[in-house]
Amino acid sequence: MKINWFKYAAPMNFYSLAGKMIPFFWIAAVVFTAIGLYIGFFKTPDAIDNGMKQYYRIIFVHVAASWMAMWLYGVMVFWALIGVIFNTRISYMLASATSITGTLMTIIALISGAIWGKTSWGTWWDWDPKLTTFLILLFVYIGYIALQSAIEDTRRSDKASALLALVGLAIVPVIYYAVNCPDPNQCASLHQESSLKRIEPNILTAMLVTTLGFWMYSFATILMRTKNIILQRERKTNWVANLPEVIAGGKK
Amino acid sequence: MKPRNKRIIFVLIALLGVGGASAMIGKAMKGNMNYLYPPEDVLTGKVPKGQVFRLGGLVKKGSLQRSKTSMEARFVVTDNRGNEITVVTNKILPDLFQEGKSQVSRGKMNDEGLFVAEEVLAKHDSEYMPKELKEVLAKEHSAPANKTTKMGDK
Repeated sequence: MKINWFKYAAPMNFYSLAGKMIPFFWIAAVVFTAIGLYIGFFKTPDAIDNGMKQYYRIIFVHVAASWMAMWLYGVMVFWALIGVIFNTRISYMLASATSITGTLMTIIALISGAIWGKTSWGTWWDWDPKLTTFLILLFVYIGYIALQSAIEDTRRSDKASALLALVGLAIVPVIYYAVNCPDPNQCASLHQESSLKRIEPNILTAMLVTTLGFWMYSFATILMRTKNIILQRERKTNWVANLPEVIAGGKK
Repeated sequence: MKPRNKRIIFVLIALLGVGGASAMIGKAMKGNMNYLYPPEDVLTGKVPKGQVFRLGGLVKKGSLQRSKTSMEARFVVTDNRGNEITVVTNKILPDLFQEGKSQVSRGKMNDEGLFVAEEVLAKHDSEYMPKELKEVLAKEHSAPANKTTKMGDK
């Protein structure tokens, strides 16, 4: 069976497809996050050998949010570049919708990290390579959103912000390699390395399942936001005027 | 050439450029951004005198002394290769601070060769295992793996 992908590049078709998908993503988001956190809170050891007590359990939110912050940046750049290449408006709308969820995840990662840092390291913040580069990621996200909303003409704002997103992509690998370089003595930091090798199985399961839940949440919110952007940008078209929800809203 | 193909080529070249930039940032960070100094660098004079810097290393076992009358604490930071510096601080030591574990403290050397810390932070590794499991695993792999230890790690 050949699927015509470009069919869903039309905002009208994408709008109805997204509407059908959103409930499933919400259900999956709640189920996976609940299972992940349940395993994380009740099936994992109360203390870790390196001296951390129960407060290490913030890891399930912290790691999931940090991963999402970086992956969603990649998702955002992907859609922005698809937009640049194929000139599909829906791709730009997806990129724009992704940026908000990405920013939110970055903020959650920074705040949960600060709380964890205060309890374990002894400080809310330190200008450590990993923390600093992660803060830059937040600024790049904010820059993208600011640029997009600063230019009124959406065609131009989409293209300009797509290029900014592409340039900002340079920081993402640096976040990872800031603490994971081949010669450990060259990248000394306060933040521990990113490694899943020596980790208790239930802690790992909880982390991965919560992350899956965060992915589903991201999909749900990105699609919801994309639907809103479609309505906003296509408000002068007939199909929007004839949508049941628009007619119902107009009568109020 | 179709405009679309031109744009694909533009995007590919741009991605290569971004990759290159990323690699250079990573390289520059390693060369210039000395987040912390090990005791060896301090003892060999690589850190200018009177400068505030971060000292990283292990807390020597049995070296922690607390004053009975004040907040003052003293401990020795070592790299396990014989380079040692004594740290003096009157700040609260973090929860994870333990002898034999990593720490990062910020401060400067005084005239007596002591490191006066304004802040002492505990550093931990990425091993999230309860003690029992770690012991079981250690028995299974009784031959110790020759793992490269990261500066500041245990």
